[in-house]
Amino acid sequence: MRITCPNCGTRDRREFYYQGDAIAVHRPDVDAGLDAWDDYLHNRDNPAGETQDLWFHEAGCGAWVVVTRSTVTHHVQDAVLAEKVKR
Amino acid sequence: MRLQAPENTVTFTFDGRKLRGVPGEPVAAALMANDIKLVARSFKYHRPRGVMSAGSEEQNALVTVGSGPQAEPNVRATTLEVSEGLEVFSQNAWPSLRYDVMAVNDLVSPFLAAGFYYKTFMWPRSFWEKLYEPVIRRAAGLGALSGETNPDKYEKAFAFCDVLVIGAGPAGLMAALTAGRAGADVIIADEDTQMGGRLLREQEQIDGQAATTWVADVLAELDEMPNVRRMTRTTVTGAYDQGTYGAIERVAGTRDADMPLECFWRIVTKHAILCAGALERPIAFPNNDRPGIMMASAVRAYVNRWGVAPGQRVAVFGNNDDAHRTARDLVAAGIRVAAVIDSRADAKVSGDFPIYTGAEVIATKGRHALQSLTIRHNGGVRTILADCLAISGGWNPTVHLTCHMNGRPKWDEEIASFVPTAGSIPAMETAGACNGTFSTAGCLAEAASVAASIASDLGFEAEVKVPKADDTAYAVTPLWAVPGKGRMWIDFQNDVHVKDIKLAAQENFRSVEHMKRYTTQGMAPDQGKSSNVVALAVLADATGRGIPETGTTTFRPPYVPVSIAAMGAGSQGKGFAPERFTTSHRATVARDAPMIEAGLWYRPSYFPQKGETHWQQSCDREVGYVRGAIGVCDVSTLGKIDIQGPDAAALLDFVYTNTFSTLKLGRVRYGLMLREDGHVLDDGTTARFGEQHFVMTTTTAAAGLVMRHLEFVLQVLRPDFDAKVISVTEQWAQFAVAGPRARDLLNTVLDQELDDTAWPFMSCGPVDVAGVQGRLFRISFSGEHAYEIAVPSRYGESLFRMLTAQAEVMGGGPYGMEALNVLRIEKGFITHAEIHGRTTAFDIGMGRMVSLKKDCVGQSAAARPGLIGDHRQQLVGLRAKGALSAGAHLFEKDADAVRVNSQGYTTSVCYSPTLDTHLALGFLENGRARHGDVIKLRDHLRDITQEVEVCDPVFFDPTGGRARG
Repeated sequence: MRITCPNCGTRDRREFYYQGDAIAVHRPDVDAGLDAWDDYLHNRDNPAGETQDLWFHEAGCGAWVVVTRSTVTHHVQDAVLAEKVKR
Repeated sequence: MRLQAPENTVTFTFDGRKLRGVPGEPVAAALMANDIKLVARSFKYHRPRGVMSAGSEEQNALVTVGSGPQAEPNVRATTLEVSEGLEVFSQNAWPSLRYDVMAVNDLVSPFLAAGFYYKTFMWPRSFWEKLYEPVIRRAAGLGALSGETNPDKYEKAFAFCDVLVIGAGPAGLMAALTAGRAGADVIIADEDTQMGGRLLREQEQIDGQAATTWVADVLAELDEMPNVRRMTRTTVTGAYDQGTYGAIERVAGTRDADMPLECFWRIVTKHAILCAGALERPIAFPNNDRPGIMMASAVRAYVNRWGVAPGQRVAVFGNNDDAHRTARDLVAAGIRVAAVIDSRADAKVSGDFPIYTGAEVIATKGRHALQSLTIRHNGGVRTILADCLAISGGWNPTVHLTCHMNGRPKWDEEIASFVPTAGSIPAMETAGACNGTFSTAGCLAEAASVAASIASDLGFEAEVKVPKADDTAYAVTPLWAVPGKGRMWIDFQNDVHVKDIKLAAQENFRSVEHMKRYTTQGMAPDQGKSSNVVALAVLADATGRGIPETGTTTFRPPYVPVSIAAMGAGSQGKGFAPERFTTSHRATVARDAPMIEAGLWYRPSYFPQKGETHWQQSCDREVGYVRGAIGVCDVSTLGKIDIQGPDAAALLDFVYTNTFSTLKLGRVRYGLMLREDGHVLDDGTTARFGEQHFVMTTTTAAAGLVMRHLEFVLQVLRPDFDAKVISVTEQWAQFAVAGPRARDLLNTVLDQELDDTAWPFMSCGPVDVAGVQGRLFRISFSGEHAYEIAVPSRYGESLFRMLTAQAEVMGGGPYGMEALNVLRIEKGFITHAEIHGRTTAFDIGMGRMVSLKKDCVGQSAAARPGLIGDHRQQLVGLRAKGALSAGAHLFEKDADAVRVNSQGYTTSVCYSPTLDTHLALGFLENGRARHGDVIKLRDHLRDITQEVEVCDPVFFDPTGGRARG
């Protein structure tokens, strides 16, 4: 699998650390309530199709990247810097 | 028999017998030249078998190469190259290949049909593990490993290109030539020792000259191109995501000790062109597995390419025009053709040999080698004497790689075979025989056009220039199985025959995947490359469905067996993980300190001295150094992160539970970090060196984790923070100097004297260490008056030597991990034994450190009901008279030591020489309210039971006066 790092170009997935769902970008407020935090921390969809997740280019530039890919075809559609993702 | 005397021969052995062979030719050819037909015994019935093919698809001729730890089983004799001194052994036979005791299986074969194990070894249930399985395991299997460490060298490598051409037959060469001429960066890989594929074994002409001449010209041109790389002996084994392909290279072809045996490649390409050709398929007829029965195309390969005759009287049996080539080539080579048998009544065959059209082979004879065959012709039966039978049931395009990402091939009625479905692998095209295009002219034209189109996609100007070549049409009438008396073999490697598949259908294993598992069809090392289509056809027939409805099983990587040793090359023994050494490593090893692994780091366990016979003695002495005088310990392995920027303090407030923005310049504070789910991530100290400059320390274990976490916070959660973090763990060597005489020791190496007012507990700042700029932190992980002194790494070794030498003069010395652990347990300081991922700040007694005046990672989740309260297992200290163990469970004194009664567990234990008692840290339900209780510790694994007293986790100097003093 290859991921196109916005800083470094296309690299082997072995250079990246996989974190999980990109929902992590949307952190609730400190007093958002238990349900909001439960969703943020634990509840995940398991889509057959497009999914977004966070990868860390640990053996590269150190950027956190939001990757959009398909769980069905494994096609990687898009990879953007997490810090550029609008919150 | 050889057709011509070879110029150059070498000696190799087969089952100890010395034989002559031509270097580089396949062992299969050399055995044939020496008139050896019996090469192997089959998997299940131990049937005598000979060479069947001339390629990597070989089903029968599996041999063991080499002996001792280097023995490699299940090597195909058809791809193994002859070299001087090569040792080849037959396998699956005892006591010898000719007289194999296990051949008795063949006589009782009616009782060993498919599903036999499942039906027979059912009862009594208890017999399975003790009797049936061991016996079956001993009898089953193919080849054997030595059980010793393999000293052979393996390698792995990476390559990148624009166009990967898989296979170097007519289509592959044409594709590489077209893309190469256009200027694309091309890799062409082929599993053979020479490129040319089918053209190396056929008597054909291209552009009016011998096809082999055309091949030589193309190779010369490709070798002239700097943008083309040719990889021979390289099988592309798998197609993976985003244009990544796996390939296995047999590097030298010989077992040269200086060369790796195999290299596993990962090739990344923008486009791939699959030109993998086609595999000839056998026909299932009674006793079609005798040595001497082989594929018609293989016979051509041995005669035309390797110059050996597979027999003296060769019969040919086929259902397609291509089989006739074999008869013609044999005649041209002066080998007698006993008969050409074509199953098609309307077949057009001509030649100077007996021809039987509309005929079928219904029986064969010959125990260790074929002697004769019986055919049914014109309603009668006829016996033909022959020592070799060339068979051809038509051709199967090699579609395997197109199926590696879930693609399903489709049935093509005209060629009675499966062809690839376009687009099965993104950015991979197919051309030539693997696409169902069988004529040489068709292959060349298709490959040139596919390659040109890819080249122009890449922005190159490509020209389609196709040479003139053979354009004979391929005509085939399906013939899968010829009924008759005797078993009709389909999967030769796993001993599956027509009746097995019919039995599967009869017992309702009608789905192709069920049939496969019931009969083991296609589950041998060759994965059914040549046999699956025939098996499908027989299943389709038995279930009254067509082949397209029956479907195919899934072809998965690898296309040929790949050694685990090649995939894991470089990762054995010391290569398994990188090693990280501190600057004091040499000085430490020189003191005979046993080293232990801490993550990737190596740290000293203890520093033994003369007369000490047990680690406990050394450990107790080292603890005494620190409590009584002075100890020195390398703590460079702790993570060190430099944090700078206008928002550096805000970042720390956000990642630590406690506040750091209020930390004064030149001061150090202990901090606790949570995961977002409220559990403890790590702890450590952070020092403030400037308004916008902090240095954080992490635990050794979590250094990488914390670095990633800080980047996550800065980039993902709080991109508004203006701060940067960088790991400086490798840049600074840092030593703990601990004990009542710590200041005296430091004063021997520092350029300015320390005094207590300028350097109170938890202070930090720059210092000059023998003229070198360093940093000093007055922090303590032992509870004693202590410092950590840091210098740039290049001065680490000499500072360690200076400090330890001075410490020894002052009645102390270096201490290792064992002593460090005792010192911190005595003080109740936690490590990742306690913050193991399931404990919260509340659990470890630091609930009040979670400041509610600000937001921080984990704050919200830490307040969830369930993570706070009396039911939680809380950090406690435990004392006992006898030795304790970590991982033991805690129970009420009189309760049964069973799971439901467990109230907690221990995490760290030690013998404290300071207090002369055994100590443990652990977690106990409502433990903080139970100080003074006596409970029971039970370790079922180590059989330890102890009464322990619950107490505060700080066993020694609870007021902390020693560290401040």
